[in-house]
Amino acid sequence: MSFRLSYRADPGNPWFSWQYVRDNSDTILAALRDHAWLTARAVLIAALVALPLAVAAHWYRSLAGPILALTGVLYTIPSLALFAFLAPYLGIGALTVLSVVVLYALLMIVRNALAGLAQVPPEVREAAEGMGYGRWGRLFRVELPLALPGVLTGLRLATVSTVALVTVGVVVGRGGLGQLIFAGFQNNFYKAEIMTGTLLCVLLALALDLLLAGLGRAVTPWLRGRSR
Amino acid sequence: MSNPVGEAVRWLNDPLNWTNPGGVLDRLGEHLGMSAAAVLLGCLVAWPLGLWLGHTGRGGGLVVLVSNVTLAVPTLALLTILPLTFLGFGRPSVVVALAVFAVPPLLANAYTGVRQADPEARDAARGMGLSGGQVLRRVELPLAVPYLAAGFRTAAVQVVATAALASFVNGGGLGQIIRAGFGLDIAAGGGQIIAGGVLVGGLAMLVELVLALVERLVTPRSLRPARSRASRRAAAVAGS
Repeated sequence: MSFRLSYRADPGNPWFSWQYVRDNSDTILAALRDHAWLTARAVLIAALVALPLAVAAHWYRSLAGPILALTGVLYTIPSLALFAFLAPYLGIGALTVLSVVVLYALLMIVRNALAGLAQVPPEVREAAEGMGYGRWGRLFRVELPLALPGVLTGLRLATVSTVALVTVGVVVGRGGLGQLIFAGFQNNFYKAEIMTGTLLCVLLALALDLLLAGLGRAVTPWLRGRSR
Repeated sequence: MSNPVGEAVRWLNDPLNWTNPGGVLDRLGEHLGMSAAAVLLGCLVAWPLGLWLGHTGRGGGLVVLVSNVTLAVPTLALLTILPLTFLGFGRPSVVVALAVFAVPPLLANAYTGVRQADPEARDAARGMGLSGGQVLRRVELPLAVPYLAAGFRTAAVQVVATAALASFVNGGGLGQIIRAGFGLDIAAGGGQIIAGGVLVGGLAMLVELVLALVERLVTPRSLRPARSRASRRAAAVAGS
């Protein structure tokens, strides 16, 4: 990294500039906060919608096909097209960005949660039934805990791709760190601004992924010591 | 605000919007051109590498790493960074950026395709005196074709979808219509924004359908419903 460059009289246009980061820390932090907050809300909402959908698809086999097909179609629609469909109705701003990224995150969470629920061994299910658990008791006490690794995989995938996707929100003026990247491109190709936004995006994805992985370890103590 | 859907229909119904320079037909040509180039480039890089890694049985970790890293890098970042490198502004940098996002599904499916080849078939081929390269070419490659096709389909649909974002760096393509709409006021451009969305979304769906058909055609009947498409594709999904 060429930190040295920032101390010259004419810093030129380096990819990495500590000077830029220091001078614009307010803007950068605001963008980072906006990005993280949008991502967190999106994943939370997507999880709250996706988990009941996955359970419904798990209980009623006939629902699994349509639910997976619907989320699959959503995934085929390009993000920019989805913004185009929603923006004229939801307006310019966070609501549109949030709706788009939630729709994309749904697929990954539903698919992985469903796979997690499906791989619960039938013997376990029968044993739980034999012990007198009803449908709900079995779900909350037996099936969901055993499906947790699958659910978490889906959450982690959804989080990482949501961080990347939020940047497209610049099209409606709320892209978080994407705002930095795009502004850098428009401001005479200010490389330091572009690179800072990009690196923070990747680091944010990594940090959230590690956070979820740690959370997963904490809530599935019985898996520890096994090779994943 | 007037009715955006009605406006969109009116916009699409105007023949001038299709045939003008920079109209729908021009943009469609650009969109398909750069998508095809990107998928081709991705195949040239990912297939030989994936097949070879699968053949030697090494590099499973590398495949996972590549797909995880590209999942975290925003498309927008790559589209803005590459033009500022030696690639320069214009089509080449856009094509390379799109190709980067095509690599993970192609690579993962090529790798898995070779790995899942029946070990007994592989041993039999070796026992008949085939060399490593011959085993790869005559046994593993044909058995991997359904996986290669599935990967190709995932990658192509993803690239066609992502190519809409090339409009952020004035790279052309159908996304340009949406961007131009956003450039107007949302009230004035709403119709054009939705019309562009319909075009971009419709194209992605069409590519998905056509390639699904191709995937079915190249998959031998005996291999068809062994594993669901979903589980094969789930190996490498990335944001677009």
